[in-house]
Amino acid sequence: MDDLLSEFLTETSESLSTLDVELVKLEQNPEPKILSNIFRLVHTIKGTCGFLGLPRLETVAHAGENVLGKFRDGELQVTPGAVTLILNCLDRIKMILGHIEATEAEPEGDDKDLIAQLNAAAEGRVQEASPAPAAEPAPAPVVEPEPAAPEPAVPPAAQAAPEHEPEHVEAPVPVAAPTPVAPSTALAAPTPTEVPKESAVAAQTIRVNVELLENLMTLVSELVLTRNQLLQMVRGNDDSEFATPLQRLSHITTDLQEGVMKTRMQPIGNAWAKLPRIVRDLSVEMNKKIDLQMIGAETELDRQVLELIKDPLTHMVRNSADHGLESTNERRLIGKPEVGKIVLNAYHEGGHIIIEIADDGRGLNIARIRQKVAANGLATEGELEQMNDQQVAQYIFRAGFSTAEKVTSVSGRGVGMDVVRTNIEKIGGTIELKTQQGKGTSFIIKIPLTLAIVSALIVECAGERFAIPQISVLELVRTTANSEHGIEVINNAPVLRLRDRLLPLVSLRTLLRLGGDAGERGETFIVVTQVGAYTFGIIVDRVFDTEEIVVKPVAPILRHISMFSGNTILGDGSVIMILDPNGIAGSTGEIVGGSQATAEASTSRDLHAEDRQSLLVFRAGGIDLKGVPLALVARLEEIEVGQIEHSHGKPVVQYRGKLMPLVTIDGSFDVRTEGRQPVLVFADRERSMGLVVDEIVDIVEERLKVELSVDQPGLIGTAVVSGKATDIIDAGFYLTQAWGDWFGSPDQEFQGDTEAKRILLVDDSPFFRNLLTPLLSVAGYEVTSVDSADKALSLRESGDNFDAIISDIEMPGMDGFDFAQAVRSEGRWAKIPMVALSSHATEKDFERGREVGFTDYVAKFDRDALLQTLAQSLSAKGAA
Amino acid sequence: MNQIVPATTRQGSHEILSTEDHEEFVTMFIEGQMFGIPVLMVQDVLGPQKITRIPLAPPEVAGSLNLRGRIVTAIDVRLRLRLPAHNEEAGDAMSVVVDMRGELYSLRVDSVGEVLSLPAAKFERNPPTLDPLWREFSTGIYRLENKLLVVLDVPRLLDFTKSEAV
Repeated sequence: MDDLLSEFLTETSESLSTLDVELVKLEQNPEPKILSNIFRLVHTIKGTCGFLGLPRLETVAHAGENVLGKFRDGELQVTPGAVTLILNCLDRIKMILGHIEATEAEPEGDDKDLIAQLNAAAEGRVQEASPAPAAEPAPAPVVEPEPAAPEPAVPPAAQAAPEHEPEHVEAPVPVAAPTPVAPSTALAAPTPTEVPKESAVAAQTIRVNVELLENLMTLVSELVLTRNQLLQMVRGNDDSEFATPLQRLSHITTDLQEGVMKTRMQPIGNAWAKLPRIVRDLSVEMNKKIDLQMIGAETELDRQVLELIKDPLTHMVRNSADHGLESTNERRLIGKPEVGKIVLNAYHEGGHIIIEIADDGRGLNIARIRQKVAANGLATEGELEQMNDQQVAQYIFRAGFSTAEKVTSVSGRGVGMDVVRTNIEKIGGTIELKTQQGKGTSFIIKIPLTLAIVSALIVECAGERFAIPQISVLELVRTTANSEHGIEVINNAPVLRLRDRLLPLVSLRTLLRLGGDAGERGETFIVVTQVGAYTFGIIVDRVFDTEEIVVKPVAPILRHISMFSGNTILGDGSVIMILDPNGIAGSTGEIVGGSQATAEASTSRDLHAEDRQSLLVFRAGGIDLKGVPLALVARLEEIEVGQIEHSHGKPVVQYRGKLMPLVTIDGSFDVRTEGRQPVLVFADRERSMGLVVDEIVDIVEERLKVELSVDQPGLIGTAVVSGKATDIIDAGFYLTQAWGDWFGSPDQEFQGDTEAKRILLVDDSPFFRNLLTPLLSVAGYEVTSVDSADKALSLRESGDNFDAIISDIEMPGMDGFDFAQAVRSEGRWAKIPMVALSSHATEKDFERGREVGFTDYVAKFDRDALLQTLAQSLSAKGAA
Repeated sequence: MNQIVPATTRQGSHEILSTEDHEEFVTMFIEGQMFGIPVLMVQDVLGPQKITRIPLAPPEVAGSLNLRGRIVTAIDVRLRLRLPAHNEEAGDAMSVVVDMRGELYSLRVDSVGEVLSLPAAKFERNPPTLDPLWREFSTGIYRLENKLLVVLDVPRLLDFTKSEAV
């Protein structure tokens, strides 16, 4: 039978038994509350039949509803006769339902007689005698308060809500449903053989309160643990008299566990049922030929899990059909088969369910994602350079990314992928993405079979044991002091060389502040863990075996500790904390889009992250460490010394088809005479410049705070980077060295305001943001930079205050003029001095800038003018 | 100020206690001081237990333990009351397990005494000279023959939100 129909039948039967009881109650006590409940139930039945295309049922329900409506409006009195009439109407509905259940079609015939009576009643002509149609069974027994239905009058809404007493089994409801059998046999006279058949169908399934099942599950979990405990006691004691009974207990427990788990299992096909329709509609709408293949629909998984992945699956299939697959024409042109394929495949794999969603469409447009990532400020251009395509593709799971409408229109994915990932991670699953340009995209979802029992690896660190969910563990690496897999340290950050990759490591001892000495242990173990696309290693002292554990939430007073996802009791009866790989990854600075909460946290962290900067630390012209914001550096190159040429006495090199001037840090030219020379390439638009350095030391992420300002050209000042004093170089200075006109270069003295004024910098160009931020911070300002006017305005909404705003004029989206107007028009920022920055510095622009509310207007490359203007504006504000 | 606040407290306590003449308390001792917890809150009294340390938890959280398949969070009442830490050699600590909104907590004390039924007449509010921290964790004092019993306010004792802020 059609799922929808059978669902309707169950639901309506439930409503009908409720209605019987309610109507009797109503007769005794015509309360508006009962009446409105009755009205609602009948209305729902009517509405659903209309939807399912059951006209006969609908008209009957409709007529009944009319009468009830009059009751409700007070136009009709609730009389026993009228109630009888409604009950007759319900009986007729039951009769029709019975027929539908048996044959999946409405019975022949009509209900004119009943409807006429109902209509007459609705018009106020109630016949107290209630002449039921001849064929109808005597209504009297029906009016009896249905002793057969043990279900109290609980409206369906209340049934859906969790019951308070878990013992409460709702089973009898659907069982009671076939009560209409009697009248239906009387009226529609189905063959006698059909009657037992339909009751048999109903008796095969019962509805059980989910809470009861959950309770059973918990009990079974406890039983499993106790069994494990017993097994451990007997282990190694083969001749124990308990061995045999325990063996049997063990088998029975396993069977019981499986049985109880099965009660919660549903085939994944239930979640797929709607997909063919969605795909068909899309294929018609978009004029694409799509072949949806569903493999493994019978694979069963936990009901709770199923509910949670339903929407993500639908979303992803829709994405594949909508954006993943090319149009039929396009496919023909590139020589692919016209019919695009979407394959859904579900199967079990070692305690997990794997669901693959693959299409043979165009694949993700990686180049487009790169651009968008950079534009959204999710990663710097430098970071992006170093990522491979798969890493870049992961950005479609980022929360902020989905809002970028351009990516979706071009590459197809984006909207809601963060939600998909969040939902999957919520149930302890993982999602992987593989994409190949022109070949297609596939998602692989790995989810636990059930949420109640997970398999976990037990590890030990500093004498304490911890559990790590097995699903996150990729592999285990054993290291000894003298093995080839040694732990190496970069500035206190441990790393491991693992198959030509550098694996970042986290010491559990340090992370959990376990104390004790890592000491001279001969060996340590590294648990290679994966969270999303981020792989890292957790250093532990020992690794035990894996155990099935029941995850229990930690006490409320410990919930704030993000390192633990729960706790559990092991086979030996001891309590053990379960580590949360997400939390650990989060604490190491890697932001992993997790639950909703982490998504929120990551937006705030993103903002915070703008305060932090990646700094490239290098040595040049001396042993002092020097640093430059990494974002300013376009590339790191090594140039063959032989390639260096000279032009006007200055060293240049041919680089990407152009001449690139080389500059040294101290003006002298002292490059290596042979070999390769490391060079930092700074680029803006068409021009690039190479800064010759001795050695590139590290890339670190720090909040750049220049501590000491120095009076030396080319240096912004000295900052503490990774605990070491580092000179921050002024890239701008070297740019002017290379290209005299890169910026205006007036050498004016400038006296900055020494109080830390807060400046908001709005500029869409990462280059200028990165250039100006250190410049302003060395001048004593506290700088917050954003890349669009919208973000700036949202800072206003969130309550941030600034002493001045510097804004670019040409920006995508809201431009500087509109932004100024928006700032001036309302809110707390209305009076803040605003300085416009623009490369177009014509008189007309100045005029317009002042009109919309800019305090001043500065040409973009005139740094000193900017600082001066800023100081003037701020002091003017202070005076005012 | 002192006069207003305790006055209402006393009124409140009287209201609660006036419904019954006697209330029963499980008594326990830390550093010789007697404490009491309403007997209905107490689930279990435990001897020394194997406790799993919880890293990163507040210092007063001694760890967690397994009580017949349920995980119980152990609180060291000594540390909670800012008393010196338990001296392991002084003997085995005992614990009183209480139920707080469905969660079990075990309160580790030096020893657990008998159950006393105490008349409301002997109840008194906290003296204002009592350490503010103790006043926070105590609902009042019972005058016994030769001792004073401090009634512990378990919900407050287990409310870590305040101490976290500090």
